[in-house]
Amino acid sequence: MSGSLLIALSILIPLAGAGLISLSARKPNQRETVTIITAILLFAVNVLLAVKLFNGETLILEVLEPIEGIPVAFTIEPLGMLFGLIASFLWIVTSFYAIGYMRANDEKHQTRFYACFAIAISATMAVAYSGNLLTMFIGYEVLTLSTYPLVTHHGDAKSMRAGRTYLGILLGTSIGLLLTAIIITWFLAGTLDFRPGGILTDKASDGMILLFLGLYMFGIGKAALMPIHRWLPAAMVAPTPVSALLHAVAVVKTGVFVVLKVIVYIFGIDVLNASGAGEWLMWIATFTLVMASIVALTKDNLKARLAYSTVGQLAYAVLAGSLATQWSILGGSMHIAMHAFGKITLFFCAGAIYTSLHKTEISDMKGIGRVMPFTMLAFLIGALSVAGLPPGGGTWSKWYIALAAAETRHWIVVVALMLSTLLNIAYFMPIVANAWFVPMAAKSVGAMTAPVEDKKLREAPLFCLIPICLTAVGCLALFVLAGDVQTFLAPMLDGLAEKGLSQ
Amino acid sequence: MSVHLPVLQVIFPLIAAPLCLLVRNPFANWLLATLVSWLTFAIAVLLLLQVLDAGVITYALGNWVAPWGIEYVVDELNAFILVIVSGIGAVVMPYAMRSVSGELPDRQISLFYTMFLLCLSGLLGITITGDAFNVFVFLEISSLSSYALISLGRHRKALHASYQYLITGTIGATFFLIGVGLLYMMTGTLNMKDLASLLKPLSDSRIVLAAFGFIVVGMGLKLAVFPLHLWLPNAYAYAPSVVSVFLAGTATKVSLYVVLRFIFTVFGFEFSFIGQPLGLALLILAISGIITCSLVAIFQIDVKRLLAWSSVAQIGYMLLGLSFATVIGVQASLLHIFNHAIMKTGLFLAMGCVFLRIGSCRLEDLSGIGRQMPWTMAGFTICGLSLIGVPTTAGFVSKWYLVLSAFEKGWWPVALLIVLTSLLAVIYIWKVVEVAWFHEPSDAVKAVSEAPFLMLVPLWIVVGANIWFGFETSGSVDVAAAAAKALVGTVR
Repeated sequence: MSGSLLIALSILIPLAGAGLISLSARKPNQRETVTIITAILLFAVNVLLAVKLFNGETLILEVLEPIEGIPVAFTIEPLGMLFGLIASFLWIVTSFYAIGYMRANDEKHQTRFYACFAIAISATMAVAYSGNLLTMFIGYEVLTLSTYPLVTHHGDAKSMRAGRTYLGILLGTSIGLLLTAIIITWFLAGTLDFRPGGILTDKASDGMILLFLGLYMFGIGKAALMPIHRWLPAAMVAPTPVSALLHAVAVVKTGVFVVLKVIVYIFGIDVLNASGAGEWLMWIATFTLVMASIVALTKDNLKARLAYSTVGQLAYAVLAGSLATQWSILGGSMHIAMHAFGKITLFFCAGAIYTSLHKTEISDMKGIGRVMPFTMLAFLIGALSVAGLPPGGGTWSKWYIALAAAETRHWIVVVALMLSTLLNIAYFMPIVANAWFVPMAAKSVGAMTAPVEDKKLREAPLFCLIPICLTAVGCLALFVLAGDVQTFLAPMLDGLAEKGLSQ
Repeated sequence: MSVHLPVLQVIFPLIAAPLCLLVRNPFANWLLATLVSWLTFAIAVLLLLQVLDAGVITYALGNWVAPWGIEYVVDELNAFILVIVSGIGAVVMPYAMRSVSGELPDRQISLFYTMFLLCLSGLLGITITGDAFNVFVFLEISSLSSYALISLGRHRKALHASYQYLITGTIGATFFLIGVGLLYMMTGTLNMKDLASLLKPLSDSRIVLAAFGFIVVGMGLKLAVFPLHLWLPNAYAYAPSVVSVFLAGTATKVSLYVVLRFIFTVFGFEFSFIGQPLGLALLILAISGIITCSLVAIFQIDVKRLLAWSSVAQIGYMLLGLSFATVIGVQASLLHIFNHAIMKTGLFLAMGCVFLRIGSCRLEDLSGIGRQMPWTMAGFTICGLSLIGVPTTAGFVSKWYLVLSAFEKGWWPVALLIVLTSLLAVIYIWKVVEVAWFHEPSDAVKAVSEAPFLMLVPLWIVVGANIWFGFETSGSVDVAAAAAKALVGTVR
C-alpha cells in the first residue's frame, strides 16, 4: 500500500470505528469487539507506516486547500511516528482495560464513551502526522471537543463544572493564543509547514520570537504549563480509562508533542538559542515541575496526586524543548514514550483499586498490596519509571534532559531536576510501602463487604489486570530498548544541527 | 431569454406573490413559492456565472435608456449578494411547509407566502438595481412585507416587535430617501453611475455631505449597526421561525450591500474614506458592537434572542473588514456576509425544528433535546462551531481573512480582538450545546421526536455548506476577492 493511503487510513479507521460503535449501541459485545478490532487495525497501519519511514520513504498526504498556500496536509517524521505508534498501541491496551472497568462499574452511556474515544484517537493521529500548523490545529481542537463528553461522563453537577473548566481553558488558550500565534506565523513566514530548521529564520526579530514563544507555549494548553494547568486536575472526575486517555494516550501527550514539534520545526533550535527567548520558558518549566510535585504531595486522592504528577512530568518535556539542544530534544521526545507507559500503568492501577475495593483516598490504601499484589507491583514499576529510576524506562529521558541542562551550564535546573526526582519518590513510595507493609485497617475495607481476615486475592477483573501487567512490562522493556528509540529518532535529531548525535 | 435574466430575477417572485393570494390553498401556495424560489436561485447563479465570464451586465427596463430609464446593473458584488439571498430563499422554502403549518393558523398561510415572496423580490430588487430611487422603492417593498411577516409570530410580543421595527425601519428608509433627494437636487440624476461621475466635482459640497450622512445612517438603521440595532433582537426572537431564518440570512446583508454600493460606487472611495473619517467611525462602531452584543448574547435565556444578539455582533465583524478600507478587508467583509448567512441560517433552521416540536426556544426547555432530536442538534452544533470560527468550517475562513487584513493594516490589537471575541461566541454557543446534549431530558422533552424529514434536509444542506465552504473555498473566496477588487481596486 502506498504511504499516503496508509496515512489516510490511520485517520479514517478510528473514525469509521466510531461510526460502527454508534451503530452497535444496543449490542455491547459487538460494540466492544468493534473497538478492539479498530484499535488493532490502527496499530497495524501505524506499524506499516513506521517500517516505511524507517526505510527512508517520504510519507506525505495532501487533501484540500482551504486557504491558498495552507493545505490540509500530513507529513510523517520520526517524532510524530513515535507518538502515533505509542498512542495507537496504548489504545488497544486501554480498550481492553475500559471493557473491564466500564462493565465492572456499571457505567452509563458506554456507547458514547467508546465512540468519543475513537474520535479522540483519530484526532490524535491527525495531530501526530500533521504536516503544517493548521492541520495540527484542526486535530488539536477536535481532540478537545471529542474528549469533553468523556470528561463530563457522569453528567452530575461536579463533572459538568469540571467539563466547563476543561473546555474553557483548552479552547480559550488554543483560540486566543495558539491561533493568534499561527496567524502571525503565517503573516511573517508565508508558510505554516513544519520544516527541519524552522521557518522563522531571519523572519522575526528576537523580541518577536519571545512573544511568539509565549503565545505558543501558553496557547498549547494541553501541555499544562503553570498557570494553565487547572483543567488537568479538574478532569479527574472522569472515569479512569478517560484519565488514562487524557494523561497517557492522547491529550497531554498531544500537548507536549506539539510543544516539541513547534520548537523543532517552527522555531528551529538554532533560532531559539540565538534569540535567547527560551530562557524564561526554562524557568517556568522548572518552577512547574518542582511546584507540581510539591502540590502532589499534599493530595490524598490518588487520582488527584497522579494528575499533579502529570503536570510536573509534562514540564520536563517543555523544559527539554526550552533547553533546545540535541540531547534535550532527544530526552523530551523519549519522555513522551516513557511517561506514557509509566503514567498509564499508574492510572490503570488507580482504576483497578477503585473497581475492586472502591477506594480513592491514599490514606485508605494501607495493606491493599496483600489483596492486590499484581496491581501494586505494577504500580511500583510505573512509579519507578515516572520518577526516572531504573529499571523504569523513564530513567533515560530524564538522564538526557539533565545532561542537556548540564551541557548548557544551567546548574540550578540540574539541581531542580534532582530535587523533583526526590519529590517523585516522596509522593509515590509511601503509597507502595503502605500497601505492602502496613496491615489493612479494620474500618477502612471500603464499600465492599469483605472481612478483614479474608486473605483471598481481590484483584480487578482480568480485562483490567492484563493491561496493567502489559504496560508495566512495557515500562521495563523501554529501559532496555531506549537505544532503539534513539535510533528511530535519529533522523530528526541529525537534522537539528550540523553535527549528528552519533558522532 | 438570457438577456432578460436581470429583470426576471425580480419579476418572478413579484408576480407569484399576488398569485398566492388568489389561490389560497396552503399546499399550492407552498409549491408555487418553492418553485419560484428555486427559479430565482437558478437565475442568480446564471447571472453570477455570466458576470464572472463576461463582465458587468446592464439591463435597461422597458428599453428606456439610462439615465432616464431605470437600469439594472449586475457586477461581481451584487451577483454575489443575489446568490446569497436567493439561495437562502431556495433552502428555506422546502422547510417552510411543515414549519409554517405548525406555527400559523390556516387562514394566514397564504398571507405568509405572499409576504414572503414580496420580501424576496424586494431584497433582490434592492440588490440588482442601478438606480438610487429604485433602491428606495424595493426597500419599502421588502420592509413593509417583513413588518407583516414578523407580526405573524404566535407570541403577542410579535406585534410589539413588528411595530418597533416599523418605526425604526421607517425612520431609516426616510433618512435614505432624504439622502437620495438631496443627491437628486445637486445632480439631477438618480442613476448610480451617473451620480458617481456628477458627484466627483462636488466633493466639497455640504449638501452632498449631508446626503452621505443621511444615507449611511438610514441604512445603518436597517442594517442594525450597533447602537442602531435595538429593533433586531425582538424582531428575530418573536417572528415565526421561517421568517427569522430568512431575515437573519438576508435582510441585514442586503442593507450592508447598499452601504457598500453607496460609499464605494456612488460617493467613491476618496470621498468616503479620505474626505470623511468613515473608516474610524465604522471601526469604533464595529468593535463596540462586537464586544457589547456578544456579551449580551451570553446572558440570553431564549436561544432565538441569543442568536439575534449574536447577529448584531457578527454585523460588527462585517463592518470591521469594511472599516479597513483595503481590498483584503472588504474581501473579508464580503466573505463574512456569505459565511455568516450560511451559519446563521443553519442555526435558526435548527431552532425552527426545535420550536416546531416543543413550542419554545427557551434554554431551560431545551435540556436533553439532543437525545430526542440528534440530527437537529448536531446541525446546530456544527453551525455553532462555524460561528465560533473553528477550522474546517466556513466561519474559520472569514475570520482568517479578517485577522489577516487587520495584520496587513498593522492593527495588531484589532486582530487580537477578533480572536478574543471569538471566545465570547464559544461561551454563548456552548451554553446551548451543553444544555441540549449533556443535561437530563425533562418529561416534556422525552415526549418529542426528531423534526420532519422535509425540515432536516434544508438544515443539513446548510450544515454541509458550512463544512464545504470551510474546505473548498476557491468559490466563495475568489468571488469575494473579485468583488472587493472591483469595489476598492478601481478607485485606488
